[in-house]
Amino acid sequence: MPTRPDLATLRKLAIDIRQDILRAIAKAGSGHPGGSLSMVELLIGLYWCALRHDPKNPAWPERDLFLLSKGHGCPALYTVLAFQGYFPKDELMTLRRYPTRLQGHPERNSPPGVEIAAGSLGQGLSMANGIALADRLDGRRRRIYCLLGDGEIQEGQVWEAAMTAHHHKLDAVCAIVDANQLQQNGPVKDIQDIEPLPEKWRAFGWQAIEINGHDLAQVLGAYEQAAAVKGQPQVVIARTVKGKGVSFMELNPAWHGVAPKPDELERALNELEAARA
Amino acid sequence: MADKPTRDGFGEGLLELGRTNPSVVALSGDLEDSARAIWFKKEFPARFFSVGIAEQDMIGTAAGLALMGKIPFACSFSQFVTGKALEQMRLAVCYQRLNVKIAGSHGGLSVGADGATAESLEEFAILRSLPEMAVVVPCDALEARKAAIAAAAYPGPVFLRLGRAPTPLVTTPDDPCAIGRANVLRDGADVSLVACGIMVAHALGAAELLAKDGVSARVINLHTIKPIDRATLLAAARDTGAIVTAEEHSVVGGLGSAVAEVLVQEHPVPMRFVGVKDRFGTSGDPAQLLKAFGLMPEDIVKAAKDLLRLKKTAVGSRL
Repeated sequence: MPTRPDLATLRKLAIDIRQDILRAIAKAGSGHPGGSLSMVELLIGLYWCALRHDPKNPAWPERDLFLLSKGHGCPALYTVLAFQGYFPKDELMTLRRYPTRLQGHPERNSPPGVEIAAGSLGQGLSMANGIALADRLDGRRRRIYCLLGDGEIQEGQVWEAAMTAHHHKLDAVCAIVDANQLQQNGPVKDIQDIEPLPEKWRAFGWQAIEINGHDLAQVLGAYEQAAAVKGQPQVVIARTVKGKGVSFMELNPAWHGVAPKPDELERALNELEAARA
Repeated sequence: MADKPTRDGFGEGLLELGRTNPSVVALSGDLEDSARAIWFKKEFPARFFSVGIAEQDMIGTAAGLALMGKIPFACSFSQFVTGKALEQMRLAVCYQRLNVKIAGSHGGLSVGADGATAESLEEFAILRSLPEMAVVVPCDALEARKAAIAAAAYPGPVFLRLGRAPTPLVTTPDDPCAIGRANVLRDGADVSLVACGIMVAHALGAAELLAKDGVSARVINLHTIKPIDRATLLAAARDTGAIVTAEEHSVVGGLGSAVAEVLVQEHPVPMRFVGVKDRFGTSGDPAQLLKAFGLMPEDIVKAAKDLLRLKKTAVGSRL
């Protein structure tokens, strides 16, 4: 179990992680930088604070679970797992290149710490529900977090799962929506509007908590608030910025699924470095 | 013994599993009565999960249960779970190599009067193409009961195709049902009839008719389409030199294709496919439909006789 660092340390960590995400995607020559950069604080809040987990024992039966449903954000997950010690950081540079454990979209247990496969959108929340039902049968108490994209929740299966979690009162389940405003072909509001998000989830029987997803204090507060809820599932609606931290990537749909070229990588790393001061 | 639907045998097997294996759980989307999972639900309400009319979520939820070591049986209509939840079976179940069992009831034309939208005629082709997925089609209620129990013991994803209409019992309580191992129900030297589901009974009927004409037909119950029993099929090809396949399913990509994939590479012999000819179903009494769609013993006999003629020609003997 990691000890809980202060917010200033976590903010610096967010910069390190963003830099390594971009290095890995640049080396791979492909990948999804925008949606990886938007979810960094959401993962830091989990892996450094909210989750009970043990990088030395990834299969610890009592661990809390994190399920990445928006599979294209896996460079962020891989980087966080490497920083946590689940596998060597060097391996990040094998992303997407044969033969590698770091698949372009995640494969279960590859590397250790990756709980589920993802990449065909909309599937993680159903699995979270199944885990919660099994835990209830077995008398096991733990938290199950599932991170979804805002574009992803256009998938009908997400709302099937939302109804199932409500019907079975799965209070162990906490969905996190990385509401980074963009999807592949443009703003979510233009492709297919999904707002109002908190009201939608509340109408489906969920406790909804809306935050700025880049404000670590709010992120940690939301996870604590969600964990205290009894008798209903919770959703953290994290308002974020796609491409966060790199000016030319922020809220620019062109950076959904394109790797930075060497000069772009250098500019991005420098910008992130400058934010450290 | 009286005819009985394979779904009933499955329901009995699931109930027995409930009593003997605490890891077994079941899910359904408002079709637990149709798929006969309702008997399990009544006795083990805490281990049965209703997910609403939502096949995709049902399979995803089953995957989550399997991630925690449960052996979930997800029960639906064969058509609806195959058609709607293919992506979930592919990613959440097969790619993750999870121990999820999928029971598809009302398979083939057995749903009869409900018509084409519920009649599943393509799922063998679709599901056997998924890596890791076993595809099992019990031939009668006795075998369906055993298949449910064998599926729970089998490591990995299994799809069980079940029928709604009562069908003849052609196996005995003592016959084995091992996933991946075909059963030879009748030996013969002139032609082999390879079938699954209801068509096993019709193949046995065809063998009787052929015997009256002096033709000796081997009947193979290929209840597992995948993983396929190569040894039994190759022996049949070698020993009889002609194969008729019979399935209550499209001739595109189903049991016949699976058998041909083995034989054409390792021991090619003349073949005929008895099945639904690349078309949709229609409303009617299931027995009527089997006749209309050319799935009767007489249709198998005709195919076998075609082959016997072919065997005598230059083309046939060269093979």
